[in-house]
Amino acid sequence: MSLIFAAAADASEAAKAASYVDWWGVISNIGTVMSMLAGLFFIMAGTIGVLRLPDFYTRLHAAGMTDTLGAELILLALIFQCDNLQMVLKLLLVAFFLLVTSPTATHAVAHAAYRAGLRPLLGEYRAPTLDEDAS
Amino acid sequence: MSPVMGYFMLGSALFIIVSMALMLGRLLGGPTLYDRLLAVNSFGTKTVLFLCVFCFIIGRPDGVDIALLYALMNFIATIAVLKFFNYRALDVDLTQADEAERGGAR
Repeated sequence: MSLIFAAAADASEAAKAASYVDWWGVISNIGTVMSMLAGLFFIMAGTIGVLRLPDFYTRLHAAGMTDTLGAELILLALIFQCDNLQMVLKLLLVAFFLLVTSPTATHAVAHAAYRAGLRPLLGEYRAPTLDEDAS
Repeated sequence: MSPVMGYFMLGSALFIIVSMALMLGRLLGGPTLYDRLLAVNSFGTKTVLFLCVFCFIIGRPDGVDIALLYALMNFIATIAVLKFFNYRALDVDLTQADEAERGGAR
């Protein structure tokens, strides 16, 4: 993209080329910084949630949700920094597989823990059994 | 990539490493098996992200392939460990095991 802008600037006027600003670079750097910071926030929030929440299912909630969103945001930040199409496609492939496999693994862990008899901390409420869920 | 963005990527990689090290606390001190499995799964996701950021820092894009492989292997390992601790074996047909368990227990 920057090559197209540079070629257009060279072809139109030489005077404008002296004050040429790489706007695509500026925009991609801003996008990288913003989505990387958001992704790092979600990653660290998930880690602190896994460390400090009281119950297995709440820890699962923290890790499963924030890891998926944080991973996608960090991969988006890296996609902004790519300079060829091959890297973009590879990172999109990684993002797709993380988006498919991470909630599936979280669901599998939750279901296995529930079937093994691990009860959530609910206070006065009662968790439904698997038969009630099925019907 | 400009040098400023390089330092920013380095800082993000260090942040991800700190997050991975904190996740090791839950892995070592989890009260149940499923806490440890959750920590391993989350650790693997963070490893994929760290590999992607790191191969951008050193300027070698081959690491994304390894990250892709690691993402798939992480999922398969989680499912395999869950299945092993559910059935105490890996060569169990899942539908037959489900039917046998439902027929036997209920």
